[in-house]
Amino acid sequence: MVLPAKPPGGTGEPTVIVDGLHVVYRVYGAGGDRGTASTALFRILGRKTRPAIREVHAIKGMSFVAYRGDAVGIIGRNGSGKSTLLRAIAGLLPPEHGTVYTICDASLLGVNAALMEDLTGERNVVLGCLAMGMTKAEIKKKYAEIVDFSGVGEFINLPMKTYSSGMGSRLRFAIAAAKDYEILLIDEALATGDAEFRVKSHARIDELRKKAGTVFLVAHDLEEVEDTCNRVIWLDRGKIVEQGDDVIGIIDTYIEASGGEKVTRDPVTRKRISAPDPDA
Amino acid sequence: MRSTKAASPGQVLGGATATATGEGSESGAVQPDGSLAALAAQYGLRPSAQRPSIGIYLRELARRWSFIMGFATARNVAMYTEAKLGQLWQILAPLLNAGVYFLIFGLIITGVSRGVPDYLAFLVTGVFVFSFTQRTFISTSKVITDSLPLIRALQFPRASLPLAYVMIELQQLALSMVVLFALIPITGEPVTWDWLLVIPALALLTIFNAGLALFAARTGARINDFAQLLPFLMRTWLYISGVIYSVQVFVAQHSQNHGWVTTLLQLNPAAIFITLVRNALLAKQRASAFGAMPPKAAKCAAWIYQGTDKRPPGMSVSMWHGVKAQNLNRPPRQPLSQYGSAYCHATFVSSHLWLLAVGWALVALLLGFWYFWRKEVYYGRG
Repeated sequence: MVLPAKPPGGTGEPTVIVDGLHVVYRVYGAGGDRGTASTALFRILGRKTRPAIREVHAIKGMSFVAYRGDAVGIIGRNGSGKSTLLRAIAGLLPPEHGTVYTICDASLLGVNAALMEDLTGERNVVLGCLAMGMTKAEIKKKYAEIVDFSGVGEFINLPMKTYSSGMGSRLRFAIAAAKDYEILLIDEALATGDAEFRVKSHARIDELRKKAGTVFLVAHDLEEVEDTCNRVIWLDRGKIVEQGDDVIGIIDTYIEASGGEKVTRDPVTRKRISAPDPDA
Repeated sequence: MRSTKAASPGQVLGGATATATGEGSESGAVQPDGSLAALAAQYGLRPSAQRPSIGIYLRELARRWSFIMGFATARNVAMYTEAKLGQLWQILAPLLNAGVYFLIFGLIITGVSRGVPDYLAFLVTGVFVFSFTQRTFISTSKVITDSLPLIRALQFPRASLPLAYVMIELQQLALSMVVLFALIPITGEPVTWDWLLVIPALALLTIFNAGLALFAARTGARINDFAQLLPFLMRTWLYISGVIYSVQVFVAQHSQNHGWVTTLLQLNPAAIFITLVRNALLAKQRASAFGAMPPKAAKCAAWIYQGTDKRPPGMSVSMWHGVKAQNLNRPPRQPLSQYGSAYCHATFVSSHLWLLAVGWALVALLLGFWYFWRKEVYYGRG
């Protein structure tokens, strides 16, 4: 086959190849019978193994190639398989069919799951960094930077459950962003907290993106995708509807298809012409 | 469905795919494309969800050791943050646990303590050592389901989780041991150099438990019902492991009728580890262990049948009279009667027990690790 052409700005070296990917979740005890003792008994007598498994076919055949230097936006409605795709790229969900090839380990940006609300911020910084695979020496080096960046101040010595939600998410972001990534996967709703922190975290994401070879960004905020991505993949019900380099074109079609308000664009620069951003 | 728009000439990205999805067939199956695999091979890309080889897996696991320990400590600290007495519970919990067992089996149901010198120390040691295995087994059977968010967010060798749970329980055991070290001298047992043998015994037990943990983690992840069944299995195991009674006394009383059963009871890994720790910590246990003295049938029989009027099968009448006379001349609970067991023939002497412990630990760890590793990529799939 003819190799896919080199994207602008990329080196032509593929970093992520998704080849005929299918991902199926299996949910136990969902639906089926009513789960009473008698139905369970009949199931056993009827030799029906694996009671009440519902299969959720989250990704139904996807193929694409991403290159070094690419920033790929993934858009689509809720439940279209965006987060599942990221997890499959990270190797966290095994494919049912097909394969995801990566040049090195791909990491999701986020450590929420590793943290414990009962513990102090200090302990959580260490724990989160360890969970991301950093060594103790690296943590020691980065610790002050993380705490500074999060801006939680002396609260770092208090349990995380005493934090305001903004403070908590700031610390979580600061921990997650402390590592340098080769293939970075970002799952929306990152820029949390007050306006000041949002600016800071955007700057940090930009920095990470520049350092990383390839970035995947899942976002509902389409403007963010427009601003940061050079490619976009539009998913719907587990399939790719459209993908390509015409980020703005695809986004406009997506907005139209999902019945959103049409974006007015400058005919030459194709930049958005809209009411001033209330946050800006 | 729309086919992919090429942004500019020569920029068809994953063109093959786009056409296939564009067909809009309901099966939607894009078959793995050989040419993409070739492209991956050309640039040295590897499947992301592939089980690593055992060597790489072990190296990765070793690299994550500080995470395992950090996670265990964090969990332990977090466990009692809600309680008023806080971390004091780390000590209070095992103490109360031992107290309950002593109340029931030491003071109410006194039959089980027959023939056991220093029953309190004997019982508490057994309870602490067994609960290490019990708690590890039960908690790790749920470790994969409990850690689903973690598994779905971060990439790391999944064996870290069951091993971290073993470390949590090991830290709990260490605190229990502190309680035990304080308690044993109070019961009148001396502090001796033999106490150091606790270290290799518990190290082997930890290895054994790590193997069990890996086994329980995979089984519990695949079969949800396993976690429901486990408490019953563990209670059965508790009752056959000589935690609250002495396997040795039981064997002495029943070996003539149920030879193989009593051998199996003594091969039970939990019983072996408990006996090793007891023999290390408790001087009276050491002194009264079978085979601690050169075997003398008469003294052994006297110990078994003290206080009974029946002549044991196979014992000559004259010998029986001697035994009865010996028993009559001594008030019950005299030290000699307790140490009479030392003259009995031991199926497994101390060195055998150590070898068996090493064997059990290695077999459990190797099998458990292999069993867990085989399904590495499937954990977290739901």
